[in-house]
Amino acid sequence: MRILNTLAGVSLAALMAGSAFAEDVAITGGTAFTHGGTGKVDNATVLISAGKVTSVTSGGDVPAGYRVVDARDKWVTTGFMVSGTTLGMMEVPSWAGMNDASAPKADHTIGMDATEAINPDTTLIPITRIEGVTRAVIGFTGSKDMWLGQGAVINLGNGEDLVTRSRAFVTLNITENGAEDAGGSRAALWDVINAKLEAADPRGKKDDKKDKDDDKKKDKGDLNTEALARLFDHKESLLVIANRKSDILKAISLKERFGLDVILYDADEAWRVADRLAAAKIPVILDPIDNLPESFEDLSATGAAAARLHAAGVKIAFVGPDTQNARLVVQSAGNAVAMGLPWEAAVDAITVNPAEIFGVSASYGTLEAGKDADVVVWNGDPLEVMTSPDVIFIKGEEIPLVSRQTKLRDRYKEITRSPAYVK
Amino acid sequence: MRGRRLRAGIAIAAMGFALAACQPGEEQGDFVDINRDPFPSTYTPLQSAPTLITNVTLLDGKGGKMEGASILLADGKIKAVGQSLEAPEGAVTIDGTGRWVTPGIIDVHSHLGVYPSPSTGSHSDGNEVGDPVTPDVWAEHSVWPQDAGFIRASAGGITSLQILPGSANLFGGRSVVLKNVPGRSVQDMKFPHAPYGLKMACGENPKRVYGKGQNSDAHRPSTRMGNVAGYRQAWADAQAYQREWDKYERDYKAGKDVLPPKRDLALDTLAGALRGDVKVHMHCYRADEMTVMMDVMKEFGYQIASFQHAVESYKIADRLKANGVCSAMWADWYGFKMEAYDGIRENIPFVANAGACAIVHSDSERGIQRLNQEAAKALADGRKVGVDFSEAEAWEWLSLNPAKSLGIEETTGSIDIGKDADVVLWSADPFSVYAKADMTFVDGAVVFDRHDAAHQPVMDFELGQPGEGDAK
Repeated sequence: MRILNTLAGVSLAALMAGSAFAEDVAITGGTAFTHGGTGKVDNATVLISAGKVTSVTSGGDVPAGYRVVDARDKWVTTGFMVSGTTLGMMEVPSWAGMNDASAPKADHTIGMDATEAINPDTTLIPITRIEGVTRAVIGFTGSKDMWLGQGAVINLGNGEDLVTRSRAFVTLNITENGAEDAGGSRAALWDVINAKLEAADPRGKKDDKKDKDDDKKKDKGDLNTEALARLFDHKESLLVIANRKSDILKAISLKERFGLDVILYDADEAWRVADRLAAAKIPVILDPIDNLPESFEDLSATGAAAARLHAAGVKIAFVGPDTQNARLVVQSAGNAVAMGLPWEAAVDAITVNPAEIFGVSASYGTLEAGKDADVVVWNGDPLEVMTSPDVIFIKGEEIPLVSRQTKLRDRYKEITRSPAYVK
Repeated sequence: MRGRRLRAGIAIAAMGFALAACQPGEEQGDFVDINRDPFPSTYTPLQSAPTLITNVTLLDGKGGKMEGASILLADGKIKAVGQSLEAPEGAVTIDGTGRWVTPGIIDVHSHLGVYPSPSTGSHSDGNEVGDPVTPDVWAEHSVWPQDAGFIRASAGGITSLQILPGSANLFGGRSVVLKNVPGRSVQDMKFPHAPYGLKMACGENPKRVYGKGQNSDAHRPSTRMGNVAGYRQAWADAQAYQREWDKYERDYKAGKDVLPPKRDLALDTLAGALRGDVKVHMHCYRADEMTVMMDVMKEFGYQIASFQHAVESYKIADRLKANGVCSAMWADWYGFKMEAYDGIRENIPFVANAGACAIVHSDSERGIQRLNQEAAKALADGRKVGVDFSEAEAWEWLSLNPAKSLGIEETTGSIDIGKDADVVLWSADPFSVYAKADMTFVDGAVVFDRHDAAHQPVMDFELGQPGEGDAK
């Protein structure tokens, strides 16, 4: 705001005219997929105005004043979404002091809010988005107990406020690690979780005004209490990290008992109870390339998990290998196809599915009229390893294909004595 | 080869004394020679029938490509390649129409077996952290052959791999090169006659592991200059050790009754590296540190076979070429620590474009399952900025260059008549994310067959567990 104030006298219209954000754009001639991996439109005209998709038609006319982006022989999709990262919360995770994603001494492990830690200037955001990933789920990776705070959905554009949806979910870790933090056993873990949720469960409690007022007074400003109340009000989801089949069944029971909106995360053995997850309407976030028995919790991990969950009717979404390479979620999706997942379902798992799972589908996830214009023009099948984006829009703003990495690349393409002095 | 470079000068200078010192009639004990192969390979190829694969697109791993090709594997070797081969009597014929054949992929950087799945503390056998200088430890003594990762790697077309110790230490120990076949012990997997490797490490890891004194009393190295002092002193010790053995041999041959020097397992390995018998593979990320290490290499007269990870090789590709040092690289890993911060997606093609030796490696039980895709990404990223390699050339990064850096290129790494029949039949163009290894052959035998459960080995650990025998 201070900058804007110093520009008093310059008309707002002039400022806006200089911003790519306001641009009207027509992307023409490409093969567009308007709804995840489906809704194929040949020779598509994708119109973008005021940051939104306004229409996608086959061979549609380009209105006067629109800049045309030629997408002939190219593929056009919604910008992809990766469903588990620490983007914006971390620069270099190891021994470099730039990591707000782990909070081992935090007080309010249920309620701490990931959006408080976002730094939009991180170099990881341009590195990620120029590979076609325009949205990300963010959250904490560590705390002192089984609760990992409240996560969010962000866009990877150029704004100062990247938040698409804050406090989208509370994370609960019910794996072996979560049990360690709870006293060393799953028995201790569930004692703590059940006690916490029973105390917060508003159902069946006496509607006693005095008690309520007392509660409010006592809990004012307590992030944990607020977050738990939001869970029971269905204002956010409970993202449960679990891999072992028996733990996943506990997550299903948790949903049945407390009526919470449960999302399952990691979930290497989820395919073994796919029918029950489908019946319970619990979506699953996974890295589809996990196929090793890395512990006694994921002995049945298989690259066929995504295909099996999808076939059973479970809504799935994908993560990449880590935050630096969150961009590789696209490659993971391609590998899921190689293991039997339909291509359309794989693209859904990085667009419309996570948009719905994380409650942002009103503004993002498809190329339908009225949605934020996160649009990517690809030089081929986007799930292939040898293709890449040619043009990227996030919320209607064209994103230059530039990152710290492309600058290093350009500096060293020809090796010279002192590259720092080469313009 | 033995001691040639080190001993030449000393031997000539000493010759005059040797004769004079000989005392006629002096009784000598037995000459003591060090057994350089105390854990010999017991590898034998799996059973195989002569196999003709017809009508494939063939990449030879040396930059060549042949359409409509047939390849004959027999007696464990590549017998013939051509466009109209006849199947010999009793041969298995596989119609490869629409499919591709390549040399098997060789991963020069794996910790399978030493950091196996499941990754329990009980299985964590890859870093002997008690001392920054541990060239006395051998990775093969940690390899657990029941790691399911070996089979997953086979399903990704891996036919040989180097198992390295971790990168905590300045000198982490000896590596071992394996044929990727199941075995009851590591010796059953050892690549016959492959040279040993020596793992060294630059940079952050040694100073982080030792600098605060938590893993050794010395509190050093705590800096990169401490790292370099550590390497140099160890090499100097190895030179002195080798001179003792050379003197012992000289004196013995002169008829003296002399005691051999006391063996030092750490210096045995380092002296082997100085002689050129043991290949040096050095974990090193930054261009400036790699440049320093090439000076240390010249100071002590050894050769670095490869820098491992080498995320900044693109900054000094000219110097790497001049010094004959390979770079083993990821396609796109970067940024997980400061020394990886400058990683770029064009590292591999830029290094290759400078004429230096480029290798695609994994350092990952997941990455090793799809190194073909890593090469594909690197190839595409190079092309986008005008560095235009063919797919056939890019396969050198996966087979022949790795074979050269390990010293096994005489027997594997390319499709040449007489070489080991280490080949992969791919379901489609292996530069596609949708391609799978249909069959992986090692020495002509089917180790993995995607369509035949009989050739999808189940490791001991997986028996009786959820997921046993499932598609992976």
